[in-house]
This record gives sequence, C-alpha cells and structure tokens, in this order.
Amino acid sequence: MSDLRDLYQEVIFDHNRNPRNFRAMEDANRTAEGFNPLCGDRLTLYLKVDDGRIVDASFQGSGCAISTASASLMTDALKGRTVEEAEGLFHGFHDLITGEGGAPVDLGKLEVLSGVREFPTRVKCATLAWHTLNAALDDQGEPVTTE
Amino acid sequence: MSGAEGTAERRPAAGTTPPALDVERIRADFPVLHQEVYGKPLVYLDNAATTQKPRAVIDAVSRFYAHDNSNVHRGVHALSQRATEEYEGVRGKVREFLNAASERELIFVRGTTEAINLVAATFGRARIRAGDEILLTEMEHHSNIVPWQLLAEQVGATIKVVPITDTGELVMESFEQLLTDRTRLVAVAHLSNALGTINPVRRIIQAAHDAGVPVLLDGAQAAPHIRVDVRELDCDFYAFSGHKIYGPTGIGVLYGKEKWLEDMPPYQGGGEMIRQVSFTRSTYGDLPAKFEAGTPNIAGAVGLGAAIDYVRGIGLDAIAAHEHAVLEYALAAADAIPGMRVVGRAREKASILSFVLDGIHPHDIGTILDRQGLAVRAGHHCAMPVMEHYCLPATARASFAVYNTRAEVDALMAGIRKVQEVFGL
Ligand SMILES: Cc1ncc(COP(=O)(O)O)c(C=O)c1O
Repeated sequence: MSDLRDLYQEVIFDHNRNPRNFRAMEDANRTAEGFNPLCGDRLTLYLKVDDGRIVDASFQGSGCAISTASASLMTDALKGRTVEEAEGLFHGFHDLITGEGGAPVDLGKLEVLSGVREFPTRVKCATLAWHTLNAALDDQGEPVTTE
Repeated sequence: MSGAEGTAERRPAAGTTPPALDVERIRADFPVLHQEVYGKPLVYLDNAATTQKPRAVIDAVSRFYAHDNSNVHRGVHALSQRATEEYEGVRGKVREFLNAASERELIFVRGTTEAINLVAATFGRARIRAGDEILLTEMEHHSNIVPWQLLAEQVGATIKVVPITDTGELVMESFEQLLTDRTRLVAVAHLSNALGTINPVRRIIQAAHDAGVPVLLDGAQAAPHIRVDVRELDCDFYAFSGHKIYGPTGIGVLYGKEKWLEDMPPYQGGGEMIRQVSFTRSTYGDLPAKFEAGTPNIAGAVGLGAAIDYVRGIGLDAIAAHEHAVLEYALAAADAIPGMRVVGRAREKASILSFVLDGIHPHDIGTILDRQGLAVRAGHHCAMPVMEHYCLPATARASFAVYNTRAEVDALMAGIRKVQEVFGL
C-alpha cells in the first residue's frame, strides 16, 4: 500500500478536508469553469489579475480528494505570482504529474502531488484545476473539460 | 492489507445457504479471472461495464478464424458456405434465447447503442413527427436518451421523462399520466445499470399497448441476468449487447416485431441489404438483410453464439438465483458498514451495488479498491440524470456476474473499510 500513501499524503487529506480559498469571488476579473466528464468533477476558478499579477485566487466546486487538493494548493501557489510565473508553474506541474522531463521548476508545496504519476487514471483529477487556470488566463468563454 | 488476501480460499459465512451453482467450476472457465493485480488476487466486479469471456467463447472466435474464415452470403466456395451457416446458425440461437417468433426479427448490430440508434433512425424518422412525444425514464443509460434527443431535434418531437423515487423505482402513476395520445414510443431499460432496478416492464407494455403505443426495451443489463421471452413480454423492440453476456465486443442484437421491421426504411445502405441496384432505383433485401448493410462482425456473431450456449448451459434461472444470493449478501454487508450508503434499493433488483461513502469521493474509492485487486466502476455510469436525481456527482458501483462469490463480497467490504481507514474515517 506504500504507493497509495505516496498518492494520499497527509497534506492532500488536509487540503481535501479544509480546502483553502474555497469561495466565490465577487470582484474576480477572470473566471473559468472546468469539468471532468469521466468522474463528474467540476470547479469554478476565480482570479483577480492586476497589472499582470494574480493578486487573488479562489475556487468552488466538487470533486475527488486529488482534484480538490490540487485546486486548493494551486490557488495558494498562484497568489502574488505574475501571469508569466503562473504559466511556468502550469508547465512545471504538468511535467511533475506526467513524469515528462522539462527544465525543473521549483514547485514548492505542489510537489506533494507527485505521487499521481504512478496513477495514470488520476492524472486528469490533478490537472483539472490547472487546465481551468489556463482557460481563465486565456479568458476563453467555453468551459474546459479534461476530455 | 489482510482484506483481500486468501480470497479464493475463504468460505462463505456460516449460516448462509450455499448457492446451487458450482461457482468454482464456472470460475475455471474464465481464464482472465485467474491473475493477480498489484500482487492481489483479481476480484472483478465491473460486470455491468463488460463481462469476462469463458474459454468456450475465446475458442469459438479463434476456431472460426483458424478454420472457417470467409465472408458471408456471397461466395460459392466451401468456406463461405461454412461461414454463412455459422453466422446464420447464431441467429437461430438468438431466436431461441429470446423466444422470438422468427429469425427475420433478429438484426445483428454492434451493440445496444447501435440497436437503439437504428430504431430511432428508421422507425423514428418514419413515424415520429412534430408535436409527437417519446416517453423515456429518468434512469435511462445515455444510449437510450441521446438517440431520441437527436431524433426529437430533427423532427420537432418532445421527450417526456418518467421520474424515479428515491429508492430507484419508476413512479408508475406518472408513467400512466405521461402516456398520452401524443406518445409514439416508450423506451425503457429492462434493468437499470446505475441502480439495478428491474422495471415492471409487463405492466408498462400492457399500458402502452392499451394506448396503442409500441415499447422498446433496453436489455443491455437484463439479458445476462433475467430470462427474456420477447413474445411473452410482447415488447416491440428488444436490444442487447454480446459483450455484457460473456460474448465478444462489437456484436449485439436488435429484436423487432416483424410488422414493424417490414414497415421501417433501411438503416444504412450498402452491400448485403439490397436486392437490385441501379442508378435510378434500388430495391431492398428481405428481413433481416435489409438492416445488415456491409460485411457484418462474423467472428463476433460466432462468439455470441458460443456465449449463448454457455449461458443456456448453466441456465438463466440458476444464474439469476446465484446472483440474487450474492447481491442480497452484499446489501446486508453494506448496511453493516457505517458511512456506506447504497444508491438504488428497489424491491425488484438485480446484480448492481451502487454506493457512496460519507466524506470520500467515488473516484478515490475506485483507486484505493483497485490497488487491492478490486475492480469496480466509479463515475456517473452513463446515467447523469440518475446522478442528478440523487444530487451526487458519481457513485462507486460493484456489479456481479455468474462467477462472483460471497468471498469476493467479503473482499470488497474489507476493501471498503480499508478505503475508510486510508481517509482516516
Ligand atoms: C442499460 C444500458 N443500456 C445501454 C448500454 C450501452 O451498451 P453498449 O455500450 O454495449 O452499446 C449499456 C452499457 O453500458 C447499459 O448498461
């Protein structure tokens, strides 16, 4: 069961039980919706971007422990970053989860999700929030899906 | 991780009646069951998605390719004749299996989905017009919803939906009210894949026929678990998939009463289905060829024939009794686990244990069970309206087949307690 413990680390349970930044944002200027039709995970991401910098990030939705923790950790990590830095995190996180190489990016706390790599069926749960972030930054009107 | 270990050796709990069926012998017929995943014995509980195949089916398909492979209905040579005889022989087996009046009423298709699309595209487009109504239920699989929506959009018809109760039964008073002089077709699952409910199809068919409305039954889940007699049911159409009844993927059956099939325009055009072709006009073949354009899934049909022989060899009543005992055992075990809730508690129910755990998303349940060798489904089961009814994003689902045992139910329940333990609940 050791690989299960690698996936379900304490930090992930903590963020699943008490997701950070779990609220709607009245004055958001970027929002996007993400949906994983396979498992029904849904989330709405709210960003306040000011002069190229993400000054606030929050989300709402329902999903599994992995997708909830991922969104919680992501919104924490985004606050105070420039849009460019956020895009760097997106690529770094993607590489971490899929095990693909790339220039290593310092992901800080996000690295607790690295165990997902051993669970290919769960990669989409971990990346849903990030794809939604991409959509929010591109300001696409359409909801993104993982399919 | 003691839960799933030694599963095969464990005996059913004392005091329960042993099933009449020799399950260990049946299990020996299914090669795929005898393996370990992640170092644990495989417990395959995703039978509603697809069933495993007995050696007899695997051998029939490879024997066909090794000895008889040829196209059907077109050659004068020996192999073509053998292939045609085998293929058409399976139609005879299907006729007996469903007790259809004639082989002309049985169309080979890819599966239930194609069967329903065929009816929507032919019967539907010929007979359903603007303002007409198609009556479905809230517990339908997407494949018995979307083809009707596509049709309704094309012709301007309306979809009406019979609601379900919280136990997962159809609200029959609503059904009777929704059946009006505008209803042109009732399409309903014989057995629900998301809830396990066996619908009162006799009553539905009786009421629909009294109103002059034909009925299509989606038998994808019912065919492997309930004895089906289309003449006794008096349904107008019946659809099922080979792969859910221990046969190959890519082959299924549409039964239709001859009077409807004669009346319906062809589905696809091409070879096999024509009598004469010229550029001014083509005439269509007789039933069932009219609905079987192109080279069919011949080996798939041969495999389906072997699957039907296999199922009839055991007997659907014996299969149903065994599965019922396993399901009852599982329901009782589920009720004994705090925080576990079964979704779908219809009085008439078969083979499906859909459930949720407090505080744990079904997708996480699925992953943690998987690592213990337990194959279940987590998701909406292609029945999003059912999920909406219960305000759930998804459920976990264990679904039973003839080869499942109470010992496997014990392994499942131990696995579920492990899930709760991992989540600290
Ligand atoms: C009730 C029901 N109807 C239809 C289908 C579709 O069957 P197939 O995918 O074999 O066409 C399924 C399969 O999941 C089902 O459970």
